[in-house]
Amino acid sequence: MQDNENMSHEHEHDDDEHHDHAHDDNDTIEHTHEHDDDEHHAHAHHEESFIRKYIFSLDHKMIGKQFLIYGLIMLFVGGGLALLFRWQLAYPERPLPIIGASEKYMEDGEVVTGADKMWERIYDSDKEEWLEAHMPNGVVEPAIYNMLFTMHATIMVFFVVVPILVGAFGNFLIPLMIGTRDMAFPILNMLSFWLAVLAAVIMAAGFIVPGGHASAGWTGYAPLSVDPQWTGVGWGLNLWAISLLIQGFSSLVGSINYITTVINMRAPGMTWLRLPLVIWSLFIVAILLLLAFPVLSSALALLIFDRLAGTTFFTSTAEGGGDPLLWQHLFWFFGHPEVYILILPGMGIASELVAVFSRKPIFGYRSMVYAMIAIAFLGWVVWGHHMFQSGMRPGMGAFFMTTTMLIAVPSAIKTFNWLGTMFRGSIRFTTPMLHAIAFVSMFVIGGLSGIYMANTPVDIYIHDTYYIVAHIHYVVFGGSLFAIFGGIIFWFPKMYGRYMNDMLSKIHFWLTFIAFNCTFFPMHILGVGGHRRRISNPMAEAIDVVTQEQLFADMNIFITMSAFTLGFVQLILVFNFVWSIYRGKVAEKNPWNVNTLEWEAPTPVPHGNFAQIPTVYRGPYEYSVPGEESDFIPQAQPEHAPASAGD
Amino acid sequence: MTESRPLSNAKLGVLILLGAETMLFVGLIGAFLVFRMGNDIWPPLSHADIQLPRLITGANTLLLIISGLTMFLALRAVQQDQVKQLRIWLMFTGILGLLFLVIQGSEWIQLVHKGLTLQSGIYGGIFYVLIGCHAVHVLGAVIWLAIVVGKAVAGKFTAVRYTGVETCAIYWVYVVALWPILYVLVYLV
Repeated sequence: MQDNENMSHEHEHDDDEHHDHAHDDNDTIEHTHEHDDDEHHAHAHHEESFIRKYIFSLDHKMIGKQFLIYGLIMLFVGGGLALLFRWQLAYPERPLPIIGASEKYMEDGEVVTGADKMWERIYDSDKEEWLEAHMPNGVVEPAIYNMLFTMHATIMVFFVVVPILVGAFGNFLIPLMIGTRDMAFPILNMLSFWLAVLAAVIMAAGFIVPGGHASAGWTGYAPLSVDPQWTGVGWGLNLWAISLLIQGFSSLVGSINYITTVINMRAPGMTWLRLPLVIWSLFIVAILLLLAFPVLSSALALLIFDRLAGTTFFTSTAEGGGDPLLWQHLFWFFGHPEVYILILPGMGIASELVAVFSRKPIFGYRSMVYAMIAIAFLGWVVWGHHMFQSGMRPGMGAFFMTTTMLIAVPSAIKTFNWLGTMFRGSIRFTTPMLHAIAFVSMFVIGGLSGIYMANTPVDIYIHDTYYIVAHIHYVVFGGSLFAIFGGIIFWFPKMYGRYMNDMLSKIHFWLTFIAFNCTFFPMHILGVGGHRRRISNPMAEAIDVVTQEQLFADMNIFITMSAFTLGFVQLILVFNFVWSIYRGKVAEKNPWNVNTLEWEAPTPVPHGNFAQIPTVYRGPYEYSVPGEESDFIPQAQPEHAPASAGD
Repeated sequence: MTESRPLSNAKLGVLILLGAETMLFVGLIGAFLVFRMGNDIWPPLSHADIQLPRLITGANTLLLIISGLTMFLALRAVQQDQVKQLRIWLMFTGILGLLFLVIQGSEWIQLVHKGLTLQSGIYGGIFYVLIGCHAVHVLGAVIWLAIVVGKAVAGKFTAVRYTGVETCAIYWVYVVALWPILYVLVYLV
């Protein structure tokens, strides 16, 4: 290995090569600026152009905010799609409110409402309009129903939760919380965001191509997804696959950046076991993304070959041919780690919030870290539990059942540690804390329902019913989204230098919490009652029998009303978010009295983050230490009393 | 904390990238194995007359392995500040890589003429996708190497500044080391 001098020369060389902001922060602090390359000087001391600052930004904080706005916009797209198909489930074959045609118009063509006029114009025009082809009179047709739920899930998973949790929080928090000036590869970081934008544009383009968008479910099961004759979808599904491939590149670039940054660029004294738990979670998630996404990419590549080049990887043909199950194996080998990618950063955020607002050290820091590692590891050996119904040797079924149930152990460790942190703490019920508590409790419901379906015999009964839908939404909405909301409100003062309006935040929280439970809890009952998932018309006539779905008409109406409430309540959040950026109460440097390093940086955080790179002397959760005057001791505060045992 | 950074950012980044590359190939090789083990007769009877060019490809494998060695020599040259030798070994490596691609390409053309195409069932399909995926990686490595050669000619590397050579070498050796696995799996077994 080279000696030290050799190394530092190399670093300068790196900076030069990659226009890299990876300065040697870790060298003696006073010399930091001498080590900076020219480009950094330009950023630090001159006004940046508008394009450099807001659009093609290299600053991790701006890229984080870009991802946040991106995710929030896509949240409304994905949510809007859900409302469209929820309407169909409650009022099958009835035109949508507001944009749908009136009954009178549908019966005898008499124009009554403004919407009727719109439809009249659409039908009169010579060219085939999008709405005419997809939703005549504003009625959600079965093919379009398939497209709506497919795209709802695709957008929520790949374009909302991952970009916000990993893209936004990862970018904003990692350099600030580990005490460095920026990511290891700022240009790659910018590339990651713009690839994600490209992926979103291609995904959006799928809505306007002939044949409509992908409608084989977000899992794109073969052979349904392979041949256009089965879904009626042509280029929509190709664009779906291409867009996800590009999103894979974006994640790849992002995770290389995160892993390198966390390994190489921590501030002096920031040892691994002094890392805040949210950074641990983002680090683990970056590894999962890095290793899981390429498997999906390989599957998507094979799918594209099947669709465009005439191969038969996922379909059986007369002379043997491929294997439809192969798609499921590849997809879920990626898909199950992906599920933990969606929840682990939420766990990290909740850990921060629970500790800060209980004014207590996190209970069992090390076990929290090990539990996350265990979850990430087990996530690789459970993919088969999505395929119990696809046909599997009983021995394999038992294996996947056991590994899946094992995940309950680290999950329970985390849950009890959160409770242990809150136990006898001086809990402050701020809005972020309410979200964190909601996260913990909703995650418990989602986690427990997961144990039921891990049981092969139970899963055979509830497979492909609304029970699954309830479970996934308790984990991803009740878990990830509450953590996201809590995290946004908590770090907003550092992001924008202002508080979000607390009254609006509280109203948003309570309405969301109630509407969320009204929307998704009844789905458990639907599922156990046998209401199938992905049924476009639950009231469809069956010959001589009453279907399970028909029994649940009232409950479906209730769910749909709750879902609309849930959707519209989110407008409060958006209004509050935008309004507070400009008009919110100005926040001080460390408004919540937190220990971690991001609150050491001035507000608003300048380019380069810290005037001086802080040195870390202690763990992140030293709250209410006995004998101390203040109930928090920032990580960068030097030791003055006898060393405390925090690590 | 320089002492706790045994790897520079660039080197670490490339190593992490290799993790993702490995998983990409795990997916494709996994698909290959599913087809291979799901069929008692391989190649399937419909392609019984197809013989993959084992011998030429074996020689080609040797070429690629030699290119890994020359890459290693290039790295050693720059570590000893022998800039001229660095250039020679780098170019030699690149030529070997190109030669590998050319030979493989001409083999492909012959195979297509013999009737093995992307559309000829899973046998042809997975052959071209898996081997082609590796070929694309070799091509990428050759392009990367061309950039590094350009920089070497411009005199950008010295015994203390050669991360650019190192990162390229790591990637090159990875692509070289991957090939024998594919050769054995696809051509021999």
